[in-house]
Amino acid sequence: MAPVAPRSGDAIFANVERVNAELFTLTYGAIVRQLLTDLEEVEEVNKQLDQMGYNIGIRLIDEFLAKSNVSRCIDFKETAEVIAKKSHGDGFLEGVWSWIHPGFLRKQKRKKMEKRKIENESVGLKMFLGVTATVGNWNAEGTTCSLILEDNPLVDFVELPDTCQGLYYCNILSGVIRGALEMVSMKTEVTWIRDMLRGDDAFELQLKLLKQVPEEYPYKDDE
Amino acid sequence: MGREVSESCVESLLTEIVSSYCNGFYADKPELAARRIEAIGFQVGHQLSERYTMDRPRFTDHLEAIKFICKDFWSEVFKKQIDNLKTNHRGTFVLQDNRFRWLSRMSVDPSIETLGSIQDPSAMAENKAAQAIGMHLYFPCGIIRGALSNLGIPCAVSADISNLPACKSFHFEFFYSANSLN
Repeated sequence: MAPVAPRSGDAIFANVERVNAELFTLTYGAIVRQLLTDLEEVEEVNKQLDQMGYNIGIRLIDEFLAKSNVSRCIDFKETAEVIAKKSHGDGFLEGVWSWIHPGFLRKQKRKKMEKRKIENESVGLKMFLGVTATVGNWNAEGTTCSLILEDNPLVDFVELPDTCQGLYYCNILSGVIRGALEMVSMKTEVTWIRDMLRGDDAFELQLKLLKQVPEEYPYKDDE
Repeated sequence: MGREVSESCVESLLTEIVSSYCNGFYADKPELAARRIEAIGFQVGHQLSERYTMDRPRFTDHLEAIKFICKDFWSEVFKKQIDNLKTNHRGTFVLQDNRFRWLSRMSVDPSIETLGSIQDPSAMAENKAAQAIGMHLYFPCGIIRGALSNLGIPCAVSADISNLPACKSFHFEFFYSANSLN
């Protein structure tokens, strides 16, 4: 059977079940509030949010792969080719991201970009224009980049009180990216560089590729 | 036109709330976990009802407010209306949702089901399944209680799932506190 063409992040988003974002935003806000009450230490809350994001990310990637028709990429190079050939140009991360909310487009892009960079593929960033997130700040080795969000549904209605200055309110997002990437064999470290809740002009996540984990099967087909 | 997110985001969050509180912090104390989860829901319901009633005139009586919950509020949150509303006219309302969205895709651990059918139907195994699903109901119960309390109706909300594991119906009961009856 001929492979089905990958679908763009926008197309996926248009076809999934959607709900009013307020429910999502407020639920997330209430979780953070409750965690702050229960865990007391801001640092612990950051950790817990990251862990929750990770748990979500490792499942989200499945749904993304199932719905986006993106085929499995064995290595960076193949991923790069997929990106280069398909006009849609959505990488795993980009898809996952866009599909959670339009801002997610950025995440997927980032991943693709990273792979591409490593392979020195010169696919333009242009295919990513028109979405709400941008990828940038690549390091020379192509192993680190930034995902910049100017719009983020998680922080609607949110203001951080003085007592929560150490809180990374959106830490669940970094967990989601980390979890999703890990499921496609990329160990990454995701950290917040800029945070609008702390007075910066945008949200910037730094994504650092630690290593690519070769896939290992727990079984052998022939035996 | 409001902003939207994929439904899986909300479902993922709900799953994570339940699993972090039930398996993490309060693994041995389901009672405490339930209260925390309900509190999160309360907060959400309280804020949502504030927003959804922004452009409406004040509700003149309790029934009107309950109808708002059954129709508009339910549609916003669960994308359908309540299927059946009953009341004993003495402060108890039963809302029935025949296909409660947040349970419609939930599966029950097969080992629990098997156990349940081998032993007698009211065996402990079935209680376990009910407990697992019950944990996911504290959040919506909290939402409803928060919304009603913000509309000036302090109440207790409980959920009851009659046909496990199909979860076909779903009740909320409101027990008014005495002073809100007049």
